[in-house]
Amino acid sequence: MKTDARSELRRYITGAALSALLTAAAFWAVVSDGVTRGTALWIVGLCALAQIAAQLRFFLHIGAHTKREDLYLILFSVLLAGLMIGGTIWIMASLQTRMH
Amino acid sequence: MRTDPIFGRLDWSVTPFDDFAADPSLNEFVATAAAAMVPLGALAVIAFLTWKRLWGPLWRDWLTSADHKKIGIMYIVLAGVMLLRGVAEGAVMRTHQVTALDGGMLSAEHFAQLFSTHGTIMIFFVATPLVTGLMNFAVPLQIGARDVAFPVLNQVSLGLTAAGAGLVMVSLVIGKFGTGGWTMYPPYTGKAFSPGPGVDYWVWAIFISGIGSTLAGLNIAVTIYKNRAPGMRFLRMPMFTWTALCTSIMMVYAFPALTVASAMLMLDRYLDFRFFTNDLGGNMMQYANIFWMFGHPEVYIVVLPAYGVFSEVSATFSAKRLYGYNSLVIATMAIAVISFTVWLHHFFTMGQGANVNAAFGIATMIIAVPTGVKVYDWMATMFRGRVRLSVPIIYLVGFFFLFVFGGLTGVILANPTIDYQVHNSQFLVAHFHNVLIPGVLFGVLAGIHYWFPKAFGFRLHERHARWAAYLWFAGFSLAFLPLYWLGLMGMPRRAASYDNPAFEPVMWVAAGGAMLVVAALLLTLWTFYSSARDRAELACPLGDPWDGRSLEWAMPAPPPPYNFHALPYVKALDPFTIEKAEGTPYCAAERYEDVELPRNSALGLWIGAASGIMGFAMVWWIWWLAALGALAIIGGLIARAFVTDTTRTIPAAQVKRDHMAFLSRVRRARPVDRDKETAPANMGLADPEVPA
Amino acid sequence: MTQAKHPGLNLGATHPEAHESSETPAFGFWVFLMSDLIIFAILFAHYVVMQDARAGGPGPEELFDLKSVAMQTALLLASSFTYGMVSLSMKHHDRPAPVMLWLVVTALLGAAFLGLELRDFASMIDEGAPPQRSGYLSALWALVGLHGLHVTAGMIWIGLMLALLALRGLTAQIKTRLLLLGLYWHFLDLIWIGILSVVYLGGLA
Repeated sequence: MKTDARSELRRYITGAALSALLTAAAFWAVVSDGVTRGTALWIVGLCALAQIAAQLRFFLHIGAHTKREDLYLILFSVLLAGLMIGGTIWIMASLQTRMH
Repeated sequence: MRTDPIFGRLDWSVTPFDDFAADPSLNEFVATAAAAMVPLGALAVIAFLTWKRLWGPLWRDWLTSADHKKIGIMYIVLAGVMLLRGVAEGAVMRTHQVTALDGGMLSAEHFAQLFSTHGTIMIFFVATPLVTGLMNFAVPLQIGARDVAFPVLNQVSLGLTAAGAGLVMVSLVIGKFGTGGWTMYPPYTGKAFSPGPGVDYWVWAIFISGIGSTLAGLNIAVTIYKNRAPGMRFLRMPMFTWTALCTSIMMVYAFPALTVASAMLMLDRYLDFRFFTNDLGGNMMQYANIFWMFGHPEVYIVVLPAYGVFSEVSATFSAKRLYGYNSLVIATMAIAVISFTVWLHHFFTMGQGANVNAAFGIATMIIAVPTGVKVYDWMATMFRGRVRLSVPIIYLVGFFFLFVFGGLTGVILANPTIDYQVHNSQFLVAHFHNVLIPGVLFGVLAGIHYWFPKAFGFRLHERHARWAAYLWFAGFSLAFLPLYWLGLMGMPRRAASYDNPAFEPVMWVAAGGAMLVVAALLLTLWTFYSSARDRAELACPLGDPWDGRSLEWAMPAPPPPYNFHALPYVKALDPFTIEKAEGTPYCAAERYEDVELPRNSALGLWIGAASGIMGFAMVWWIWWLAALGALAIIGGLIARAFVTDTTRTIPAAQVKRDHMAFLSRVRRARPVDRDKETAPANMGLADPEVPA
Repeated sequence: MTQAKHPGLNLGATHPEAHESSETPAFGFWVFLMSDLIIFAILFAHYVVMQDARAGGPGPEELFDLKSVAMQTALLLASSFTYGMVSLSMKHHDRPAPVMLWLVVTALLGAAFLGLELRDFASMIDEGAPPQRSGYLSALWALVGLHGLHVTAGMIWIGLMLALLALRGLTAQIKTRLLLLGLYWHFLDLIWIGILSVVYLGGLA
């Protein structure tokens, strides 16, 4: 039991440390003068994805052991959210270019 | 605008009754008579309940019940009441259009209110609750569950839907509804152009009932995932359950878009946000975009369960296994996903580039393919079956003719170049009625006829129901097919009057069709009444009047509160048919166990009433009452968290006693073959047809 | 073995009974969160679309205070971690006291987050950037404000759970609800990562 508690505590600490690290990296990319806007956006985006993955893994315990229906649920949600976000941006950008 | 601290912007001038006194025109007469109908109808119901001393049973057995079957029936009753109003409005509009050459009997504003409420009611408070009700009733029975996953949440969903419907009803008497159509596009419906309470009625009704529908979808999806009986694998589920699964998942993902769209419009109107305004960077195109991210999936949300009903009845009434089960499953899932990729076809003409239009046009054409697969599957199911031409099959055949026609016009509209020509014309009105009436309404009516004996223990009058079905078919065809012509002739939709005399004769035909639709609705109501009157003759308490195939037909009608005396073990598709073929139906269980059922709760009623009051108060800017309503909602939820005693137990002995009594009635009864299906001899014990 | 059968749900072998009875609520709550995710997704999309609809009003450069944002991020991340401690103490000490302690810490961190967010909102109003100023600001306020409302609701929920724990102790039902609250709280942190990246860092990059 005790080792369980310790290894689980370690998971949460790992998750928090990873999240803090990734957040710091994203902030650094924006604040630092040496990084161009394009690169900074890439770094921010990748850090965000990595941090979401880390929190899902270490805080929400999603991984290889979860039941497949839950993984499907999350993937399906991401698919639909992606369709809605991507579609909206595509449509409105096309509209915008033609309105000028 | 003047606002009173206590009554907000509410005063005596908002009812239509004094308008008629001031201006005794036909227009005002129609408005006043319609408004009078609401309080008079409510009074009649109250008087009837008091006279028959039904308040107690109504409270105990229905309003506070957490039984999924009761909640499903209440959804359908709610939808039926709203259907009455929706059809009546349609008939008034058609009557107006006959007179609308250079004028018309109604004012343009009144006409605009009519088409706005008609659309709002038919989509949100008829189609959606009808399919939600059917799913609620049938899904747990089909998958071998005792109730849905969250029975009290189920009440809350119904309460929220009813609150929204109530707001639309109240708008008839107090104030006026919006005139922006059922989609309520800004900026016209923004504060600058529609400052009155009309749009607010829509916004709050949709916001509240939309949340209810999201929760209803969640509940049914989780029920199907988690509450299936042992052995009920996904590919052993009845087809209706499959469509219910896809529909409920779609509700979970589509209704949030509606919630967002209505909430944003709300913020624009109440707090001067700039989401969709003309000035200060607002973007009204975003409203169309967000609204239809909900709106298109909604079309399939309401039609998929109808497809499910047709799958059930085509197999049952042909005494044949459903043809192409796997292909139907795949088609259903394909429709559910693709329906999230086609929303732009509702606004091809908004101005985005041709590439965008082409992509969404192609996706729209693709979605017709799985639907086509389904139609072929149903026809193949009937092919060489022993088909009984009873009412559900009549609806199915009507659906074959009319829905395929409507679907084909949809493929035509999916082509952006053609859509540019007929956009916002009567062609569109014809198209979507042509899919929604033969699709959703016929499907739901078939489903009601099919499951009514299961719910109430007696069949519906076959002869009356058959005539009603013919009338729906004829009425629909006359009322809507001519509108394709009108659309091609250039008549715009939502036009209060027209100046082309060539439209008038077609309008007369359509008005005749509308009268047939009214007759069909009245005959449908009469069918319920006459069947209830003759219920002794139509009784089928043994529960299997149609030689059914899935689990729900093996139990008595109406089913006991706990549905199953023991959870069944499912070995294949069509388990009941297999049992009957093997000669092993109606067995006593090896062991009877105590059954836990959800206790009655007033939470759904409380939340529904509180949110209805909150919505009404917000519409009229009665801030203190709105705050009180919101507090009542939160307080109700918090109070519920402290309730621990949420289930009651039905002892095993009682379950056993009930089941033994049922079995002995089954043994004494004489099975009837399919020739006597509609005769009084049909007590609900089937002499099975050819084996599965 | 304490493998989670469900995401975020790891009562596992120590509490088999609570584990079984919480499976359906946990799955249902996940579905609810996914529905909520769609709401946020649409607001994110709207924000991106409206980024340039400033109508002459202020934009990210004038509005955002990265120091305050960094503090809010740290507070929320810390509260997500302390909620992890709620879950762990619920699992390994069958006593309400440590659970309540960590809940209070989480609530305090949440309150501090909300305080900073409200301060930022107030200063935006002072600088002439209320939501009524432009389409861009409406989108910004709606997105960030909805997240703030969610945190507020979470605080009320924490208060309710504290009351229930004090009254009843760690019953199976309360454990299930604490699991759901945990899913909710971690989910809000995920959304905040999106807001931080798209709105604040993306706006200032």
